[in-house]
Amino acid sequence: MADAAIHGHEHHDERGFFTRWFMSTNHKDIGIMYLFVSGIVGFISVAFTVYMRLELMHPGVQYMCLEGARFIADASAPCTPNGHLWNVMITYHGVLMMFFVVIPALFGGFGNYLMPLQIGAPDMSFPRMNNLSFWMYVAGVALGVASMLSPGGNGQLGSGVGWVLYPPLSTSEGGYSMDLAIFAVHVSGASSILGAINIITTFLNMRAPGMTLHKVPLFAWSVFVTAWLILLSLPVLAGAITMLLMDRNFGTSFFQPAGGGDPILYQHILWFFGHPEVYIIIIPGFGIISHIISTFSKKPIFGYLPMVYAMVAIGVLGFVVWAHHMYTVGMSLSQQSYFMLATMVIAVPTGVKIFSWIATMWGGSVEFKSPMLWAFGFLFLFTVGGVTGIVLSQAAVDRAYHDTYYVVAHFHYVMSLGAVFAIFAGIYFYLPKFSGRAAPEWAAKLHFWMMFIGANLTFFPQHFLGRQGMPRRYIEYPEAFAQWNYVSSIGAFIAFASFCFFIVVLAYTLLAGRRETRPNPWGEFADTLEWTLPSPPPEHTFEQLPKQEDWDKQHAH
Amino acid sequence: MAHAKNHDYHILPPSIWPFTSAVAAFIMLFGAVMWMANDMPWMFLIGLVASLYSAGAWWADTVKENKAGDHTAVVRIGLRYGVILFIMSEVMFFAAWFWAFFKTQMYPMFTYAGTSYVEPSIVPVDAFHLPLINTLILLCSGAAVTWAHHALVHENNRKDLVQGLTIGIILGVFFTILQVYEYYELIVHMGWSLSGDVFYNTFFMATGFHGFHVVIGTIFLTVCLIRATRGHFSPESHVGFEAAAWYWHFVDVVWLFLFAAVYIWGQA
Repeated sequence: MADAAIHGHEHHDERGFFTRWFMSTNHKDIGIMYLFVSGIVGFISVAFTVYMRLELMHPGVQYMCLEGARFIADASAPCTPNGHLWNVMITYHGVLMMFFVVIPALFGGFGNYLMPLQIGAPDMSFPRMNNLSFWMYVAGVALGVASMLSPGGNGQLGSGVGWVLYPPLSTSEGGYSMDLAIFAVHVSGASSILGAINIITTFLNMRAPGMTLHKVPLFAWSVFVTAWLILLSLPVLAGAITMLLMDRNFGTSFFQPAGGGDPILYQHILWFFGHPEVYIIIIPGFGIISHIISTFSKKPIFGYLPMVYAMVAIGVLGFVVWAHHMYTVGMSLSQQSYFMLATMVIAVPTGVKIFSWIATMWGGSVEFKSPMLWAFGFLFLFTVGGVTGIVLSQAAVDRAYHDTYYVVAHFHYVMSLGAVFAIFAGIYFYLPKFSGRAAPEWAAKLHFWMMFIGANLTFFPQHFLGRQGMPRRYIEYPEAFAQWNYVSSIGAFIAFASFCFFIVVLAYTLLAGRRETRPNPWGEFADTLEWTLPSPPPEHTFEQLPKQEDWDKQHAH
Repeated sequence: MAHAKNHDYHILPPSIWPFTSAVAAFIMLFGAVMWMANDMPWMFLIGLVASLYSAGAWWADTVKENKAGDHTAVVRIGLRYGVILFIMSEVMFFAAWFWAFFKTQMYPMFTYAGTSYVEPSIVPVDAFHLPLINTLILLCSGAAVTWAHHALVHENNRKDLVQGLTIGIILGVFFTILQVYEYYELIVHMGWSLSGDVFYNTFFMATGFHGFHVVIGTIFLTVCLIRATRGHFSPESHVGFEAAAWYWHFVDVVWLFLFAAVYIWGQA
């Protein structure tokens, strides 16, 4: 085989544990650490939502009581609703998911591990800085957790201000929990920016000989586009939250009308970051899904170049649509019209991607192995989320839907069911490559169906709740919303059970799973360079740079 | 043949500094919160020292690797990309402050219907006195650094390189001193204060972050001056100096925008 000649040397890894994992300059090890830590934070963050869904299962407050948080309802004991606890739960669920789970998993984990391999680079451009990105991320997690456990508003622990940290709530929240949360976001932002610099440089400077930009695999392209979004949007957020910090601690009035400031200014700056952020979350998922759909349809991806430029277009447009998150703040009609139009334009490149994936499958010999199931789930559910996005993009319609459960359903369809499905698709696709072991196919499929049913059961009824007018971010609701909330909670429990099942499957696979050491277990359409390497790859890959015939399959099929 | 490689990229050995930097960042920021909340600066200062130490040790390693010849032509290209991208992210950081400034100037709160906020009376600062002088000082400093760059690249003239850098640094320090003096005048004699009206907030934060960058750029140039006297730079290979020069020009350009927007237009 071609790869044997290139990377034939197996050698014993003599690095000690501390050297390997704490002083790493190896993109593969750092990628693995990113995936593990984001998985742990993800579990915490999901656990919060399960507790929230438990509370919302029935009208009234049964669990989050001022007398003490409960896990078993007790009608005989008095229960005063603890709104602060509820607010803390929604806040940290959002903050953790946005900054500490999805970006680190897709961009940090898969991006770090796979992008250099796909372009045939021996490592990242700045391997030490890569490790700084990872440990800054961990420092950010530590600050975030510290924030949750330190004195906050209402004389309780943690801050209950929502992940967007809108003033005046965030500037008036008591204690220092909020300040820790601001620094947590600062640190995670710095980590992401350093990662973005690394990824862009690696992509531009370290591609294998002959790999022109229009021949780079789609996943590498996707993290490249994502890196630009991170590089240009996160510093703006850093500015905004620095203003929050100043308002809180140094008496400035950036967001205090009494001093001439304006809380709407914060919303603008936040969403100037926040909208690119949602593409930062989903675009690496696009890359993974493209490879999986092509591999299991046994066809090259349909419309490679349009796929690339659709991602670029989504990235560019992502910067000019931010105020559609704030139609109801009193913007002029012409502003609203512009943001509405610009937002709808994004449906065009997104449509290019969706239809190209469908066209890839069209006429292909589709094989529903577990990664393909997940990718298929992604395609269907992301489309549902995209369609409700078009609904919400209309300023007039948004008057009714703003801050209702319809919005919650929309963004969980694109993120929880889009990005997270892409992560699981990637995990099952690349587990043999990362670990040399394959997950049991039945378990991966069972996990998929539990998650698919659970997540849909959770979020689809929330469309109905939103249309009925149930507002988001409340601990309680009137009797009229009881039925669909009950269904939604059942769905959340099923999805949570699937996550727990996944942890067991993962542990089993890594410790005792079926060995799968073939370089390429998926067939000839998994034709990017990582599939020419042994599974798992040796410590150093591509010390001998790959030759063009190793990866350039343009004429082969 | 087991470890033969056929590329010029720089594959680094393991390093402790990223880990210590992140730990130091955690201590420093947690300490900053403790300082703000409990008036207890110690943790912050410990973290600050630790992060400065980590950064210094890290960059010393980089200089060593440079001397060992690890920075091949392709690695130098990568390092340049890195610096440019970092500067781009810095530009976007300033975008947030300019955004706040332009918003409050173009749509001031006292024009909003139903507001009880009244237009503040601000003693304006004359842009064409001290700020203009400062502008010229900073531009001259940039020119001196460019002179040093030309001396290095076109003539490999170390004497001019050192002289140009020295002048650039001295002018940079002058700028900082004058800026401090201006702050002193504004705060003590003209009644400006960071915690006052939003005009002051945007003014002090934007010019303050700029001043902070000037200090960093001055330190960066000073390191380059030391390295220049030790003969670290050649006409082909001087990424560290190039980075410092780019950074310095970036600081220049931000100042020009501040001068035009905050000083001239903002107080007209």
